Amino acid sequence: MTIRAIGRNWLTAGLVVMLAGCGSIEPWVKPYERDRLADPIMALDGDPVSSSYTQHVYEAREGARGGEGAAGGGCGCN
Amino acid sequence: MSLFRRILSLGCLSVLAGGAVAGVLPDDRSDVLYHRYIGGGVEIDGPSVLVRKKVGSSFSFVGNYYVDYVSSASIDVVTQASPYTEQRNQWSLGMDYLRGNTTMSVNYTSSEESDFDAKTYGFSVSQDLFGDLTTLTLSYGYGDDLVRRSDDPTFMEPNTRQNYGVGLTQILTRNLIATLNFETATDEGFLNNPYRSVRYTDPNAALGYSWEPELYPRTRTSNALGVRARYFLPYRAAIELEVRGYTDTWDIDGLTGAIMYVHPWGPYTFSAKYRYHGQNSAHFYRDIFPRSQATNFRGRDKELSELYSNTYSFKASYQFIDENRGWSFLKKGSVTASYDRLSIKYPDFTDLIAGGGSYILKANVYQLYVSFWY
Repeated sequence: MTIRAIGRNWLTAGLVVMLAGCGSIEPWVKPYERDRLADPIMALDGDPVSSSYTQHVYEAREGARGGEGAAGGGCGCN
Repeated sequence: MSLFRRILSLGCLSVLAGGAVAGVLPDDRSDVLYHRYIGGGVEIDGPSVLVRKKVGSSFSFVGNYYVDYVSSASIDVVTQASPYTEQRNQWSLGMDYLRGNTTMSVNYTSSEESDFDAKTYGFSVSQDLFGDLTTLTLSYGYGDDLVRRSDDPTFMEPNTRQNYGVGLTQILTRNLIATLNFETATDEGFLNNPYRSVRYTDPNAALGYSWEPELYPRTRTSNALGVRARYFLPYRAAIELEVRGYTDTWDIDGLTGAIMYVHPWGPYTFSAKYRYHGQNSAHFYRDIFPRSQATNFRGRDKELSELYSNTYSFKASYQFIDENRGWSFLKKGSVTASYDRLSIKYPDFTDLIAGGGSYILKANVYQLYVSFWY
């Protein structure tokens, strides 16, 4: 068995262990503990019209773009 | 041509992408916003109206209409052309479909002005994982633009834009939520402004320099990685930190950071934010070129130069319909006013109006909007 094959087997085993672990992950913040995260002041994008406009202003004034959006902001609080 | 016309990537769809929350559809709401930008000889104002409504338990539809009324006598316009006024109309439609812990979203945006049209199509999928502690979002956007010149009816140049995004929102503790976003964007076509020119040294000119049209590369690919985290403070307030790194094939590297504080007080909510952005210049940018056609690609767009931007933002919101009582069919209502003060320094962009020295842009941005939830 070559070193590359050994490495590949270890990688495969590691991925299997990781995926098996994912299946048994217990939510460490229970749904009834998410009241603070559900508070409107914790909304990552509470004003979509305003934040869209502000982002528009920044992107028009700078050479950089992207990477500032919130990935949904879903916290399962509702 | 609006100064904002170049920004018709997925950024302008973010108003619709707010619905990309897996596991739960976004709230039904309507917003009517008035925006006003004043700075650097440019005034832009107009309305933005958003309406979002669920249909059944699986679908949510959203529409947005946005207008820019532009009056421009910017430093570019004053030094190279004549002041102008114009109007940009943009409308967007989107739909979210919820199935289990998965939300699929499609959206479409159309923007039209006298010399620039843009159409953008977006698609995203969000999935809640691990007991709804994690939301994974994959997104794709395709843009189709047409660049024209108001003084040349025969001039028409197309652009295509594509955006690929991966987002991860994670509940870390009962007080802390964080989001990580990676976005790759690639543009192809006519990417420069058809009106803008570059400066080059000309011993025969009275001023010592002359102008010639810009010439940009026809492709551009960028990568951006951003992290945001919001923390619930012990006395019911929130603080948010944000960092973003950026790099692209035009050799622009940028770093953005922001800190925000949110403080509710009865029916009022106040927030204050400081944001910094710094970047170096594109490899083909020069304030002045040594001679005509000195390099293969040439640009003098100050947004592509080295710049340092500081923004101070303040926002106040008043909830006039309490969510615990409601009024008629309305569950909640609020009115919000915000003010942003921008200051951008361009160390390598000469202020030709002032007769020399580096250009500094100072701008004020005002927003006033009313929001209803139903």
